[in-house]
Amino acid sequence: MSMSTERVAGETGAGHEGGTDEVRIPGRWSTVLRTMLRQRRVVVGIVVLLLLTAAAWIGPAISPWTFEERDYANFLQPPSPEHWLGTDNTGRDVFTITMVGLQKSIIIGLLVAVISTLVAAVVGSFAGYFLGVTDKALMWITDLALVLPSFLILAILFPWIRGSNWLLFVLLLAAFMWMITAKMVRGMTISLKEREYVLAARYMGVPAWKIIFRHILPNMSSLLIVDATMNVSSAIIAETSLSYFGFGVQPPDVSLGSLIAIGARQAITHPWTFVFCTGLLVVLVLAVNLIGDGLRDALDPQSKSRRA
Amino acid sequence: MTASQTRTETSVTDQRPGDAPVLEVTDLHVTFPGVGKAPDVRAVRGVSYALRRGEVLGIVGESGSGKSVSSLAAMGLLPDYAQIRGSVRLHGEELLGLDDREMAKRRGKSIAMVFQDPLSGLTPVYTVGDQIAEAVRIHNPDVGKEQAAARAVELLELVGIPNAAQRAKAFPHEFSGGMRQRAMIAIAIANQPDVIICDEPTTALDVTIQAQILDVLKTAQRETGAAIVMITHDLGVVAGFVDRVLVMYAGRPVEIGDVDDVYYRTRMPYTMGLLGSVPRLDDAGRAPLVPIKGTPPSLSDLPPGCPFAPRCPIAEPRCTAAEPELVRIGASGHRAACVRAEEVEENGWGAADIYPLPDIPDDTAAEVPRQERDVVLEVEDLVKHHPLMKGAVFKRRVGTVYAVDGISFDVRERETLGLVGESGCGKSTTLMEILSLDRPQRGRVVVLGRESGTLNSRQRFETRRELQVVFQDPMSSLDPRMPVFDIVAEPLRTHGHPKARLAARVNELLRLVGLDPAHAARYPQEFSGGQRQRIGIARALALEPRLLVLDEPVSALDVSIQAGVINLLDELKVKLGLSYLFVAHDLSVIRHIADRVAVMYLGRIVELGDVESIYRAPAHPYTQALLSAIPIPDPEKERARTHIVLEGDLPSPADPPSGCSFRTRCPKFKELGDGERRLCLDEEPQIRPLSTGDHGAACHYAQQRAVV
Repeated sequence: MSMSTERVAGETGAGHEGGTDEVRIPGRWSTVLRTMLRQRRVVVGIVVLLLLTAAAWIGPAISPWTFEERDYANFLQPPSPEHWLGTDNTGRDVFTITMVGLQKSIIIGLLVAVISTLVAAVVGSFAGYFLGVTDKALMWITDLALVLPSFLILAILFPWIRGSNWLLFVLLLAAFMWMITAKMVRGMTISLKEREYVLAARYMGVPAWKIIFRHILPNMSSLLIVDATMNVSSAIIAETSLSYFGFGVQPPDVSLGSLIAIGARQAITHPWTFVFCTGLLVVLVLAVNLIGDGLRDALDPQSKSRRA
Repeated sequence: MTASQTRTETSVTDQRPGDAPVLEVTDLHVTFPGVGKAPDVRAVRGVSYALRRGEVLGIVGESGSGKSVSSLAAMGLLPDYAQIRGSVRLHGEELLGLDDREMAKRRGKSIAMVFQDPLSGLTPVYTVGDQIAEAVRIHNPDVGKEQAAARAVELLELVGIPNAAQRAKAFPHEFSGGMRQRAMIAIAIANQPDVIICDEPTTALDVTIQAQILDVLKTAQRETGAAIVMITHDLGVVAGFVDRVLVMYAGRPVEIGDVDDVYYRTRMPYTMGLLGSVPRLDDAGRAPLVPIKGTPPSLSDLPPGCPFAPRCPIAEPRCTAAEPELVRIGASGHRAACVRAEEVEENGWGAADIYPLPDIPDDTAAEVPRQERDVVLEVEDLVKHHPLMKGAVFKRRVGTVYAVDGISFDVRERETLGLVGESGCGKSTTLMEILSLDRPQRGRVVVLGRESGTLNSRQRFETRRELQVVFQDPMSSLDPRMPVFDIVAEPLRTHGHPKARLAARVNELLRLVGLDPAHAARYPQEFSGGQRQRIGIARALALEPRLLVLDEPVSALDVSIQAGVINLLDELKVKLGLSYLFVAHDLSVIRHIADRVAVMYLGRIVELGDVESIYRAPAHPYTQALLSAIPIPDPEKERARTHIVLEGDLPSPADPPSGCSFRTRCPKFKELGDGERRLCLDEEPQIRPLSTGDHGAACHYAQQRAVV
């Protein structure tokens, strides 16, 4: 019987192959990308983010001053043709150090946000989907991470990680930001796994991990994206406060956070040491949020702005 | 033009001089203004009717036709931003424009309403008796508390609640759905209203409970002499219950008249399509149903002219010129809004003449005797018990829910087995047990010769290919975040379909279920309910399964859409040689599509056999009651029938009665002598074959009897 249906199927398939089958059906992700790029704010966000990134890496190269160089003739000078954004207390060129700080902040902010949201999504959805022992174990770890005082741990671990790669610092920051989202994701997974499309996929023979990544996580993508964009700013701020207390980014290395910490003390008297790094932080966070909003709408076919 | 000569007022009051109407609705318009750039939604466009004392008017239409909105407008229950025009007169007094306080004096006193969902109609924190007493006292402040309480008990007795005095002290959550709806009716009739508006009062209830509620409504009407407006989509309920029918489409009445005129001398093509698309319980033939093509128009973007013209098989150019008025046709009081109504009248056309019948090929392979065909699914003594747990930290077992309690059946190749029963009887649990392919708690499930629970993961994956499912709710069965192409392609990708042929196969599947492959890039919510269900069917068919499990696949759809999906299932079965396990609570649908039927009650099969024997002469008292409770969309037949009305509700599956589980509600049990009853009390009946071939019933005193 199945052979005969296959033959029929083959025939009808062949009959149409030359005609309507030429209609190219764009895949899911390319559709998402196109809807995203149709929105002006997304384009604005992406352009701003790209400009900031470009400035952060190209800026130090085109600046007449290098990062380590100090102008001992000019301390705390306002912007001038020689020093585009003025100089700081030790005669460093503010433009150059701000751009270098921006590099660090972009990397740290984006990486921490993406990593922590990913961890939250995976832990939460696996706990919620499998329940039972998996759930107990994962939620125990989550609760444990939640009650540990993150600042203290970082402070204690600091001497140990001092000399090592800054990536370790990124991982540590991310390790203290995923728990609450993981709990939310778990709750949503428990309600989503009863949906009929999840059952349909299960009865089709789709393996559980694929169901999680294909049906469950995309259906809570708005939550995850909002979470990720919010994490970008909180990661940058967390890094700032850690740097302020001497953990995190260490001098002579700089980040937007450590620059703001220094500039804040003289914001009134020497505003150029404070305004530019703070302004860049605001613009950076704003651009990330614009992209996040657009991505959320593109992923949510019910959203109204998608059609606009 | 003849039409303009016969054109009259759209109200029907002029037909029957005599006593003044109680409720008179004239040219009612309701518009919901669009937010922002969205266009206005014109939900009701010119509804007129008049209701006399003791009269029952049925308003029928599909979802979104404006039937509920028009009655909510009459009750003054629409939100403030709704724009209402026209006139609603109660005893000659204009109701539109009254402020909320004035309306509150009339609501519940002279005009009352029964809603669809009885749970949200009652406050969970007050006892049912208090709520009825409140309805009494709010309009009669001089009635004392005791008097009101006594009246509440009296009302509960009237609506048929046993032990009324005690039950009045119960809270709504202690009532079953049917009892809550009775309490709602008690509240509605508490002040002897002149008009009761019932908005789909039985839609959320099972058929046996529906029969009880309709009985109660009839009693209530007899007691109070009230006029009733019965809003429903069920043409069967209307046939037996109402005097006159108003058919609505896209916010407008399209046909109105005495129930016999509308059912037997239908003049509007839409009404014909509606009547033709309902599968009939009393129709043994396997003729395809009449589907109405297309979907109802959006109320914010109506086509010019007759709103039904785009779907109408006899539409002409003049149909799109202007919207037709309701025009008198034939018998007095019968009106239809169709420019060709005269023609229909003269030629005596029926649904079959107007609508092109889909051509469904005969299944020649199914003529092979059943015993000689392969067994596709075999279920033997399947059991699924859920433990009832109590306590938060230390959970202990306090009982067992006997969801499925030892059922056996088989499905052969090219056969449809219908599994029917009321909600909570365990039919969905049975399906999930079969689909899970896990080892059952007891018994065996054999899918295509492979026994569940004994398979390794490879074999199980292979079996999934042959066994697919279509779900009830087309809203939640498709992933809203996936375009249709990916939804249909998912099973193919999972089972390693060659990538190069993927697009061709998906397009072919979409074409097979009657969808345009060009729409494959769209998301599910851009499709209507019927189209979504077709997408679900396409996905299920992608792997060319041999057995399709259908969990109430049409119960969420409007009748005109439902017919198309049923025809499609019929056609696919023949074309692809499928076997179906079809779960439904609608016995008319089952009669149309199934070859064999299994009737379930409290986790057991009480009757099993071929469709013809069971519908013609059911042997189990439960099947008899179930079949008898279903209203037939045929007024004369319906009036001549006597319904077997079962008492009470489905017992809790956590605490089933001893012996025969049906004995607590069984009409036969009541007629038996004490000696005979012993058997029912002590011994659980097994399915015993009856004299006629493939038909068996689980009753100690089974006796075949025609009820349809």
